Amino acid sequence: MSVKYSTTPSGTVTGRLAGKASLIIGAILIVALLAAPYVLYPAFVMKALCFALFACAFNLMLGFVGLLSFGHAAFFGAAAYATGYAAKFWGLTPELAILFGGVVGGGFGFIFGWVAIRRQGIYFAMITLALSQMVFFLALQVTGITGGEDGLQGVPRGDFLGLISLEDPLAMYYFVVAVFLVCFAFIWRIVNSPFGAVLKSIRENEPRAISLGYNVDRFKLIAFTLSAALTGIAGGTKSISVQLASLTDIQWQMSGEVILMTLLGGVGTLVGPAVGATLVVSLENFLATSGLPVTTVIGVIFVVCVLAFRRGIVGEFNAFLGRRKH
Amino acid sequence: MFELIGIPPQALFGQLLLGLINGSFYALLSLGLAVIFGMLNVINFAHGALYMLGAFVAWFLLEYAGIGYWGALILAPVVVGLVGIVIEKTMLQRLYKLDHLYGLLFTFGIALILEGAFKHEFGVSGQSYATPALLKGGTNLGFMFLPFYRGWVVVLSILVCLATWYAIEKTRLGSYLRAATENPRLVQAFGINVPVMITLTYGVGVALAGLAGVMAAPIYSVNPLMGSHLIIVVFAVVVIGGMGSIFGAVVSGYMLGLLEGLTKVFLPEASNIVVFVIMVVVLLLRPAGLFGRER
Repeated sequence: MSVKYSTTPSGTVTGRLAGKASLIIGAILIVALLAAPYVLYPAFVMKALCFALFACAFNLMLGFVGLLSFGHAAFFGAAAYATGYAAKFWGLTPELAILFGGVVGGGFGFIFGWVAIRRQGIYFAMITLALSQMVFFLALQVTGITGGEDGLQGVPRGDFLGLISLEDPLAMYYFVVAVFLVCFAFIWRIVNSPFGAVLKSIRENEPRAISLGYNVDRFKLIAFTLSAALTGIAGGTKSISVQLASLTDIQWQMSGEVILMTLLGGVGTLVGPAVGATLVVSLENFLATSGLPVTTVIGVIFVVCVLAFRRGIVGEFNAFLGRRKH
Repeated sequence: MFELIGIPPQALFGQLLLGLINGSFYALLSLGLAVIFGMLNVINFAHGALYMLGAFVAWFLLEYAGIGYWGALILAPVVVGLVGIVIEKTMLQRLYKLDHLYGLLFTFGIALILEGAFKHEFGVSGQSYATPALLKGGTNLGFMFLPFYRGWVVVLSILVCLATWYAIEKTRLGSYLRAATENPRLVQAFGINVPVMITLTYGVGVALAGLAGVMAAPIYSVNPLMGSHLIIVVFAVVVIGGMGSIFGAVVSGYMLGLLEGLTKVFLPEASNIVVFVIMVVVLLLRPAGLFGRER
């Protein structure tokens, strides 16, 4: 792979806005998240947060390992079903059901990764796409679990730790915020760990990483499984908060959507995917009532991003800061 | 009537024919993908959408210009090819210097634009397109009933695949093409206009998709989403066959179509996923694909 994401050696936002500044921005964002339900519809912000987590998890592969997965919808959707099923029929509490979703997502990720890592670049994208289409057809057929075309409806929100009822919209909202923040912190930790440094070295120069003695395939597989598990947590959280898991979650269009979110926000930046996800979700909300063809608008944004805006919003912002420094 | 392993032969051969038809489309589409990939190093995600466009152009021609199937068979691929040339000239061309993934993402965007626009205009129910009068009806072969049109699709697709193979492997232009695939700068130094060749390759590659679309119109209804599932199966076919060879793309297309037909007879629930399962098996045993070499 020779993708150049125009990153600094550190490659992350934290590298640019050293120390204090990023802490301040982080604190402002957290306060904004806590205050958001009093300004915006909690349901909308929750959806945006689930997709933000989805996109950040996806970016772990594309942005930091340099592998484009076109199959992440499979993890998102499978976990949404798994969480919904566990909460509805096994009576698991929401946090356990979501963890179960994460495990199911990670399991699928491990299998996908194990098969797909044999090929690179474009082939990797095509193989993950084909595998996710296979999972889609399975979901269509095991109607006992997925409800087929109707989806898995009426997923109970349940009681957090068996104590706090999430039927209360505000409680549900803060639960989703907590899940997002914990997972985001986890992703930040991965990216800024020695493990993350190896991943970036694979992205920048795979043969070099091999010659330095790293078992590249193993690192890729671990990263892919982690990315899928986090995607699963996003899918499970979505399933609990929306109380529905459906074929839309597992269709390949969903994989395309998460790619767009990541691309629009900034591939290989930490917060970019979250920004992109928020934008895409808002845009879809807006388009749903406008009568414009959503798919076409999404396609146009895709084309514009690829042709003229490959760094994405956060990437451009970072580049702008970088230029001012010099 | 005799039976084979408990399956009435009518059903068996009927499904095999259906498999062969599907295989014809897989072969035509993966052929186009392979030709484009060889020259441009781009996986054309828009291939399915351009196949759909071909079918719609045929439908437009009939509806608004009164041009029937035979005219559409020539005109629709030309129109789709021109659309491809415009896309290549104005946009795709700028992406060759970048990572191949951007080509995939760009063509994915194009696919979304086309599909979204047609879905918006025509809904998802689809338009019917009549079988040409000359090929209506069929004949009973004794062991099965063969509709003439389906036979024609199989024969035409084989002819087109052979012609493409001949043009690339045996003609002078084809030799330029193969040389430019190996080493574009050297070929350019010999005074051959490589950028124009690239543009034409893309045009011809997508014209093949347009042709497949016209051929599919009387069999499946003309539907905005007809290409979006097909393209994923064709990707799997391409992974199985290996991208390197034209021959591999075509052979694996027919083979997988037939296998899918067989699965419909013996294990109908698995018929949707059999191609993907085979892909996994091939990847585990021969990662470069059946006919491919690692590049």
